[in-house]
Amino acid sequence: MIELTDEKIKWLELKANEIRESIIRMLLEAGSGHTAGPLGTTDIFTALYFHILKHNPHNTSWSERDRFVLSNGHICPVMYATMAHAGYFPVEELMTLRKFGSRLQGHPHREYLKMLENSSGPLGSGLSQAVGMALALKIDQGVSGSGPFIYCMLSDGELDEGQTWEAVLLAGKNKLHNLVAIIDRNNIQIDGFTEDIMPLEPLADKWRAFNWHVIEIDGHNFSAIVNAVGKAKAVFEKPTVIIAHTIPGKGVPAFERKFEWHGKTPNKEEANMALTALRTLEGKIKSEHE
Amino acid sequence: MNNPYLNPKIFDKDVELVPIRKGFGEGLLAAGIADERVVGLCADLTESTQMHFFAQKFPKRFIEMGVAEQNLASVASGMAAMGKIPFITSYAMFSPGRNWEQIRTTICYNDQPVKIAGSHAGISVGPDGGTHQAVEDIAIVRVIPNMTVISPCDAIEAKKATIASAKTKQPTYIRLARNATPIITTENTIFEIGKAQIFFASKSIEKTQVAIIATGALVHKAIAVARDFEKRNIGVKVLNLSTIKPLDEDTIVLLAQEAGAIVTVEEHQIRGGMGSAVAECLAKNHPVPIEFIGVDDVFGQSGTPEQLIEHYGMGEKSIAKAVEKVLKRK
Repeated sequence: MIELTDEKIKWLELKANEIRESIIRMLLEAGSGHTAGPLGTTDIFTALYFHILKHNPHNTSWSERDRFVLSNGHICPVMYATMAHAGYFPVEELMTLRKFGSRLQGHPHREYLKMLENSSGPLGSGLSQAVGMALALKIDQGVSGSGPFIYCMLSDGELDEGQTWEAVLLAGKNKLHNLVAIIDRNNIQIDGFTEDIMPLEPLADKWRAFNWHVIEIDGHNFSAIVNAVGKAKAVFEKPTVIIAHTIPGKGVPAFERKFEWHGKTPNKEEANMALTALRTLEGKIKSEHE
Repeated sequence: MNNPYLNPKIFDKDVELVPIRKGFGEGLLAAGIADERVVGLCADLTESTQMHFFAQKFPKRFIEMGVAEQNLASVASGMAAMGKIPFITSYAMFSPGRNWEQIRTTICYNDQPVKIAGSHAGISVGPDGGTHQAVEDIAIVRVIPNMTVISPCDAIEAKKATIASAKTKQPTYIRLARNATPIITTENTIFEIGKAQIFFASKSIEKTQVAIIATGALVHKAIAVARDFEKRNIGVKVLNLSTIKPLDEDTIVLLAQEAGAIVTVEEHQIRGGMGSAVAECLAKNHPVPIEFIGVDDVFGQSGTPEQLIEHYGMGEKSIAKAVEKVLKRK
């Protein structure tokens, strides 16, 4: 991984803002889908696809690429938008999200978009698939710091699923150093706040108890995201989980921290308001509108 | 016996009895020797599902999953995504029973070549009782797109099916029975995924009046019944339908045209199983009277395999009655 300079951080912040604008536009056009999760994880996706991942958007079957497994498939608008901006497919195609015949299915389906590592939607299965990938690599390469890494994004809500913990157990047992799980710790799920629906805390202690290397970060701080991955790669005897504290709906103050925005999309008026908020960096840029 | 490729000792008292699952274990070992991409994953039932032959030979390619069947299915999907050919084993009740959605989404929807071996399928699991008797597994796997479904009739066919499935790119379910089962086939018997084979046809009788389509361990009983009818001068053919999906529709339709009446025989719920697959095919292509041998919408219970097969209407007497009944419906 190359060094993260201050210039690169500024560039990533602006790129993330562009991706958030795409997310708002595609959700408005689609008329259904999820808003809070995609906006909340945009900084992590931007850091992954524009700095961390070893990948080639023009050679998607390159065997040495890092694998990115999305477990909570419902936040796919952010993955599609980030991939488009990274050059995997034209940005205009984002407007086909959830439409008949589109490669951009409502939940990711790799039969339609073959460059995906996995299909997802039903919660709780992604980490298992990532563990399988990491195990397969370990069989072939043993403990090596140079081979591909497996990254898995999962939501905090899906930690309610028992299968997630089956995967956590197995990864700990097999000391999968080549596996990095990233939890979008945004504290919301469909029915309300996670700590009301099904309390997860003490979350970091739970993962530590399962023999994982645990790092907690601010999921909107690019240097924290990149540093956490660097630390994960330096640990050879455990898999790493990065608990990324994020603000659901991040970037649009009216959507932030509101679980009502988990599973709905903005109407025309709300989308315009959101795009204005993004264009003015949450009102910090005044000149355009004064 | 008039099929030169079948075991000549099939009806002798000292016919060899081997659990169908053992054939899987030997087949997996052979597949593992032939292709280093083959890996084995098991949910705490390694010897019971006969994966121990493979695990002992290839400890680095064997993953002990613990009692976690959902993880079993999805981890295998991830390994397949990296180029492995994973075989996963548990009891059929738990895989594909408990982990059906993981099989649907992470294996079949992803179209990854994971091979699912469900052992202890059917009611002949016996004393363990109804919780462990998977008699719904064929129904739940055959409705999933991309899935191949194989139900071998003996250990030799199970070995061939396992070796053959390691060479395909399809997600595949292999249904295995626990008990020692008579050896029907030989090494020379033809096996091809997707092809059904006639295992019994009366030499002396030109006209076939009924065809029995059977799968799994009950194929042996179906042949025994057909042989009894031959003595009564009634021509009964037996088709071994080991691949339930993709269904060998051509062979089934030709047989229905020839016989004009069908009895299906399986150790599974009548609703949704192999008989249903045959009925779907014939209703569309060549409707004939059909009688269904299988479990009739009830759960099993403890008992010896033979007691249970008799009690739930899958013994030779029940099959013979079904043949007589379908003859009258022609």
